[in-house]
Amino acid sequence: MTDVADSPAVPEVDRVVIRFAGDSGDGMQLTGDRFTSASALFGNDLATLPEFPAEIRAPQGTLAGVSAFQVQISSERVSTPGDEPTVLVAMNPAALKADLNRLAGGGTVIVNEDAFEERNLDKAGYVDNPLEDGSLDGYTVIKIPMTKLTKEVCADLDVKPRDAERSKNFFALGLVSWMYTRPTEPTLDWIQQKFKGRDKVIAANTAAFKAGHAYGETAELGSHVVAIAPADLDPGTYTNINGNTALSWGLVAASQQSGLPMFLGSYPITPASDILHELAKHKNFGVRTFQAEDEIAAVCSAIGASYGGNLAVTTTSGPGVALKGEAIGLACILELPLVIVDIQRGGPSTGLPTKTEASDLLMAMYGRHGESPMPVIAAYSPSQCFDAALEAARIALTYMTPVMLLSDGYLANGSEPWKLPDVESLPTIDVTFATEPNATDDDGEPIFLPFLRDENLVRPWAVPGADGLMHRVGGLEKADKTGNVSYDPENHALMTELRQKRIEKIADDIPLTSVTGDADASTVVVGWGSTWGAISGAVRRLGAADTKVAHVHLTHLNPFPSDLGEVLARYDNVLVPELNMGQLVKLLRAEFLVDAKPINKVMGQPFTAAELEREILARMGEV
Amino acid sequence: MANAPVTTKKDWATDQEVRWCPGCGDYSILTAVQLMMPELDVRREDTVFISGIGCAARFPYYMNTFGMHSIHGRSPAFSTGLAMARPDLDVWVIGGDGDMLSIGGNHLIHALRRNVNINILLFNNMIYGLTKGQYSPTSEVGKVTKSSPYGSIDQPFNAVSLALGAEASFVARTHDMDRQHMQETFKRAHAHNGASLVEVYQNCNVFNDGQFDTITKRANRPANLIDLVHGEPIRFGVDNERGVVMDDSGNVVIAEVADVGEDALLVHDEHRPDPGVAFALSRLAAGPHSPTPMGVFRSVDRIEYAAGATSQLAAAQEAKGPGDLHTLLRSNPTWEVG
Ligand SMILES: Cc1ncc(C[n+]2csc(CCOP(=O)(O)OP(=O)(O)O)c2C)c(N)n1
Ligand code: SF4
Ligand SMILES: [Mg+2]
Repeated sequence: MTDVADSPAVPEVDRVVIRFAGDSGDGMQLTGDRFTSASALFGNDLATLPEFPAEIRAPQGTLAGVSAFQVQISSERVSTPGDEPTVLVAMNPAALKADLNRLAGGGTVIVNEDAFEERNLDKAGYVDNPLEDGSLDGYTVIKIPMTKLTKEVCADLDVKPRDAERSKNFFALGLVSWMYTRPTEPTLDWIQQKFKGRDKVIAANTAAFKAGHAYGETAELGSHVVAIAPADLDPGTYTNINGNTALSWGLVAASQQSGLPMFLGSYPITPASDILHELAKHKNFGVRTFQAEDEIAAVCSAIGASYGGNLAVTTTSGPGVALKGEAIGLACILELPLVIVDIQRGGPSTGLPTKTEASDLLMAMYGRHGESPMPVIAAYSPSQCFDAALEAARIALTYMTPVMLLSDGYLANGSEPWKLPDVESLPTIDVTFATEPNATDDDGEPIFLPFLRDENLVRPWAVPGADGLMHRVGGLEKADKTGNVSYDPENHALMTELRQKRIEKIADDIPLTSVTGDADASTVVVGWGSTWGAISGAVRRLGAADTKVAHVHLTHLNPFPSDLGEVLARYDNVLVPELNMGQLVKLLRAEFLVDAKPINKVMGQPFTAAELEREILARMGEV
Repeated sequence: MANAPVTTKKDWATDQEVRWCPGCGDYSILTAVQLMMPELDVRREDTVFISGIGCAARFPYYMNTFGMHSIHGRSPAFSTGLAMARPDLDVWVIGGDGDMLSIGGNHLIHALRRNVNINILLFNNMIYGLTKGQYSPTSEVGKVTKSSPYGSIDQPFNAVSLALGAEASFVARTHDMDRQHMQETFKRAHAHNGASLVEVYQNCNVFNDGQFDTITKRANRPANLIDLVHGEPIRFGVDNERGVVMDDSGNVVIAEVADVGEDALLVHDEHRPDPGVAFALSRLAAGPHSPTPMGVFRSVDRIEYAAGATSQLAAAQEAKGPGDLHTLLRSNPTWEVG
């Protein structure tokens, strides 16, 4: 097949946002993922938004069963999966119905015409066929009988018609690859590898992909072809990565950089399970993964492993964090290192399990009984989950404390190109186990005091096996230094204060506030977590239109950077966009007495840059 | 861990004041354990006692070893993590009937089925002691307590039956009135490679006094304690006149030896692969008020959990070599820029 990219006639665009939508059984996630990988290898910058239903097989053909994958690819830097798709690939009527309202005005709809028959129209709730009743006027509509064409090319391959039909997503992928001048080899190679040993599947998928590609050439779709040049990324080696993989690798890195074996106690839950899956593969790194009977056992097993001297981790989503609360409180009073990973999703309760939300911040901060302060770190982009995991582990191990690491469904499943760090340049995490007594008793005999603190108020980590260092830890309040049970009122006040101060002091060991955008603007947008991409995009656009806005993005939410209050005080207008009803905004108001204003979204979807651009402008107008 | 330094009971005791009620059965269990430890040839440093919450669960504070007094019900989970991370350690788990069978029931059964190498001592006093006397999951139907003024309507658990049903590889029972028997039983549990559950009948003299008297008082023992000895016919009674047989319908029942003959007696086999007979033995007494088996019900070899995990790690390292971060980061397709 000819590579259209070579043809000089192809117009260039700097970005395109494509949304692949179909039934859960149509393979849309795979299609989107392949298109993304090919684009990444081609050198574009990109960001993705996979969106799928909570049901594994929702009723076929219904709106509830629609699974979609949106990707923005660009020759420039991008930080979001795009405001609105310019192209919608709809494999059935339900997909068209569910996603048409997202499509940009004048956008292109590519539909699998074969799926628009009565039964499917009916299931999607269409009375009339939208391909015929004018409801797509104003869009460019490309109708293709994908099912029929796929079956035709598979006819000679000895593939059953039903199986052939399942390859129609590769037809769509072939077509879109042609339209956007993607190289074909990566996908053809991938088909070979992915379906190794299943020759008929390879043959059918390859044939469908090539047929889709060829269809574009022969069906006079030439006017739709565009090229997107590689982006001007920093030199280096890149890979395309999603948040959960990056986070898993960050934890492996923390294990390597601290020289401690990793123990993961976890219980499956969307959207965190992939971390358990990923880490379970890496046993040759000395990673022990334990699928516990529930989240409580997961966190408790991790605390047990921490007591034994491992880098202990537990991964979950919001409902799991709720279950872990009591044990996390124990880790607070035991002063043992532990990384708790919360991949947030829509709540409360089971809520929107496959959709994103960032509404666990206050739970991370305060979701335990008693005074139980704990550091909180938030990742802000898929690839940055690697650094965030490493940082969470660093703080946990350095300061002998549980640390909450927040990510969310959008970061977990979304992907982007990642310039791989030089392994040599990663920070090492120094861990010293206690090996000998650290005090003397009244008779001058050497003794070990498990709660004797260093200048950072950190206690020693003495693990079982250490000569002569036998000691007991427990959930009852402990006497200063000795750790023996104490009900003394003054002692409890002292210990409560020490536990609080110890966490506050970590502020001396984290970066100061970094301000991007226009630092000397009078409006600052303060974000945390996955809103980074959309806020950056919005601030960049506003800046380009001469509207000065500053951006502060917090990775450390407890403690805050030590200069944050000062920085915020410089601005007249502090805006806080969050995927919740206003949680960081409460913390900022309480901590710094600033009149911070919330911008909220709780629709199970990330902000788009356009939304934020609008909202920020509107709030600036209010001042 | 052989050749541990010679120690005495004193070396295994902490300087902390023991705070159980005077006369509590927990004291005699503590003494039995502290006296036994020097005989095990283990270092105090390599020994960890982990407990949940309850009177029983105060135990670790009194053992001069490593220890963790954790949270209510979860001690099997903490222990599983520790035993997996540190298979070199000796991990003992202590808890009451509420701790282990109510709030922690789920963790107990899963620790047992996984067969992680921990020794679980379940102090069963058939009551909630620390919270001042509510009925527990082992309290008998009709039990009148503060929370059941009209009598408990809950069917109780039989801890041994439960453990056997949970695929436990080692299950035993002993009681706080017989130090010798406790020590023998705890030693057996310690020697077992895998999860061991020992139910210890323990008198709470404040909230449930005398609950076990019918069977554990010295004078009552011959008639009401059935000693399980591996390879021996199961026989008991003041004059050894009674025994356990399997009747024609396959039921395990108590019979007079004179009626059935010595040869008909069931010979105890701890190593029977099928837990059925052990389970039937655990059902001989509906509560501690009629002849009750004591000793090891079941002891079978099965792959120990931490060893299973460790061997998977070793196999992965053998096959792939030790992990290399640089390679891991490049395990998906990569491309070069510039
Ligand atoms: C989460 C939680 N719920 C309830 C309690 C209160 N509590 C402490 S011990 C206990 C029951 C103790 O009974 P058992 O386990 O039989 O131990 P015993 O005191 O009888 O030795 C309860 C309900 C607690 N500490 N934590
Ligand atoms: S309440 Fe009962 S179990 Fe608890 S210490 Fe007192 S006697 Fe022992
Ligand atoms: Mg009890």
